[in-house]
Amino acid sequence: MSAAQTVHTAAHPEQALREAHLYKEMLKIRETELQLARAYRDGHVMGACHTYVGQEAVAVGVCAHLQVEDAVFSTHRGHGHALAKGVAATEVAAELFGRATGCSGGRGGSMHLFSPEVGMMGTTGIVGPNILQAVGAGYAFQLNGEDRVAVAFFGDGAVNNGAFHEGLNLASIWDLPVVFVCENNLYATEVPFAYSAGNPEVAMRAEGYGCPGRVVDGNDVMEVDTVAGEAVTRARRGDGPTLLECKTYRTRAHAEGMPEVGYRTQEEVDSWKARDPIALLRSHLMGTERVAADEISAWEDEAREEALAAIKFAKASPWPDPSTVFDFVDSSDSAEAARRS
Amino acid sequence: MNASLRTLTFTEAAREGLAEEMERDSSIFVVGEGIGERGGNFNTTLGLFDRFGPSRIRDTPITERGFVGMCTGAAMAGARPVVDFMFLDFILDAFGELVNQVAKIQYMSSGRLRMPMVLRGCIGVGGSAATHHSGNYYPFFLHQPGFKVVVPSTPHDAKGLLKTAIRSDDPVLFLEHKLLLATRGEVPSEPYLEPLGRARVRRSGRDATVVAVGVMTPKAVAAADSLAESGHDIEVIDLVSIAPLDTATILESVAKTGRLLIADEDYQPCGVGAEISARVCADGFDLLDAPVARLNGAYVPIPYSPPLEQAVVPSQDAVVKALRDLLAE
Ligand SMILES: Cc1ncc(C[n+]2csc(CCOP(=O)(O)OP(=O)(O)O)c2C)c(N)n1
Ligand SMILES: [Mg+2]
Repeated sequence: MSAAQTVHTAAHPEQALREAHLYKEMLKIRETELQLARAYRDGHVMGACHTYVGQEAVAVGVCAHLQVEDAVFSTHRGHGHALAKGVAATEVAAELFGRATGCSGGRGGSMHLFSPEVGMMGTTGIVGPNILQAVGAGYAFQLNGEDRVAVAFFGDGAVNNGAFHEGLNLASIWDLPVVFVCENNLYATEVPFAYSAGNPEVAMRAEGYGCPGRVVDGNDVMEVDTVAGEAVTRARRGDGPTLLECKTYRTRAHAEGMPEVGYRTQEEVDSWKARDPIALLRSHLMGTERVAADEISAWEDEAREEALAAIKFAKASPWPDPSTVFDFVDSSDSAEAARRS
Repeated sequence: MNASLRTLTFTEAAREGLAEEMERDSSIFVVGEGIGERGGNFNTTLGLFDRFGPSRIRDTPITERGFVGMCTGAAMAGARPVVDFMFLDFILDAFGELVNQVAKIQYMSSGRLRMPMVLRGCIGVGGSAATHHSGNYYPFFLHQPGFKVVVPSTPHDAKGLLKTAIRSDDPVLFLEHKLLLATRGEVPSEPYLEPLGRARVRRSGRDATVVAVGVMTPKAVAAADSLAESGHDIEVIDLVSIAPLDTATILESVAKTGRLLIADEDYQPCGVGAEISARVCADGFDLLDAPVARLNGAYVPIPYSPPLEQAVVPSQDAVVKALRDLLAE
């Protein structure tokens, strides 16, 4: 189902509110990412910076179904997941700037974003482990009799890793409340998924573990919203995990400073840009005539200003105090950590 | 018989400690292969499945990386997992999860997430277990910040340390030497805890110090007893804690004896003895009357056949000889 097909099904005011929410969330990610990419170019963001540009519909459509108590375990390409789960753009930007005000206090950078207060249980520099950790959070929720849900986001590159195999199997045999969200953007770094997968249909693999698998148009936020809603509900009910394969595309380089084409063609990039998830929802919103064009423009201005404010906040934030470098290696500092947070 | 002075085996004592903690805190659960109704390959959970049920005594598929990664997430979400590896050798399949995730999550989350996880497994050379079931591996975890490691040598410590390990908010490796599992010792019937991070002086003496790791402790005590017959007064320290190292207790002993031998079944290069030696040389060089000596298992994969297997482990006689050499320095 494409966004164009959903136009006339959105009749209710709640639907209009929901669409506005999804649109603003995607904009927030897009504008923040563009500012972070610029900050990388200017030398403010160090290390590796993998942007989420082009994939916004996945994080937003899934996280629209999550409560603060639900847990998200993300990847190296995790800014979008953090923002969609409710981490403030200021804290994400400050973390990438290496500042004390960042969501990990400057200890982590782009690939180690932690904000457990809002259920953001980390991005990771290693492909795979977050899948298993989501299974574990699901185990803890089930053990405690809570109706919380854990979500693992991961790329196509992770599905050939043992963590995917072991994690899906464990979640399936114990009916754990987990949603596995594969963002199949066709490449792992610069390696086509078709090259690295014996069976390139990720959703089909779910059958091998005895749990449902669904193929989703990952650029259609309304479709992600619908299917993710079903998967989250199923998990929350105690009926077990679901694997979603969201077919999408990153329209920037694997990481900032790397080539955008070469391993892929400009035509391919352009064809996906023509299906940009934000543009798709925008034209849908315009088509419904329930939102005025100037209202949409106002949202866009607001998102841009918030992203700029986040960068400004990061730039003005203090560097971490080197004397704190030994804090939190183990739990002996936990009491102090609790006081600070 | 005085109930408070009953004797238990190492395994019985540890199991009693586990059960007491599980009774006290419902967020504790155990995962492992064959630990359910079967009660564990080493009887670590015998009888506990009936008491605590399948979600707290959780039989797993053979998926070491999977259940370690899973327990990492469970600990992040507030549960208190105990991972029972059966043989510790199987932990290697989960090494990436341990080093990159378990050890680092408290730090990377600025202490907002904790990592209350116990990793227990049977270690060591014996019984012709051969090379895939005889590893010790503890130096890896001393090297990496974020872990605590204990290698108890008595039933008393096994129980007290396992209970403390379970209550700790840090990942703790609790390592049980296969030749100690059936050994008996006095265990109070009243509940008690033993602190992590502390070595124990098992025998005091003035002529030389032996720091013994795990299974080497009874051998070192026996060696010291036999040397006493020829007038040598040997102090034996049971290291107990590999990480953190209780350097203070060792330095205090060396201040008295001036001579130090470290006896460890595990390999010598980059091992526990190397680290102890470096610390004693740095902080207690003036206390030493002789170079620090080390006695270790042979630096080879562990062989199967009894004469070969015996050839790789340091015997009680080898401890006596190493001490005589040290005393002659
Ligand atoms: C275990 C591991 N191996 C290799 C890498 C290096 N690496 C970082 S990102 C990446 C590609 C990941 O591709 P995919 O999972 O499809 O995610 P995408 O970047 O496309 O979002 C690789 C190989 C890593 N981080 N971890
Ligand atoms: Mg990919």
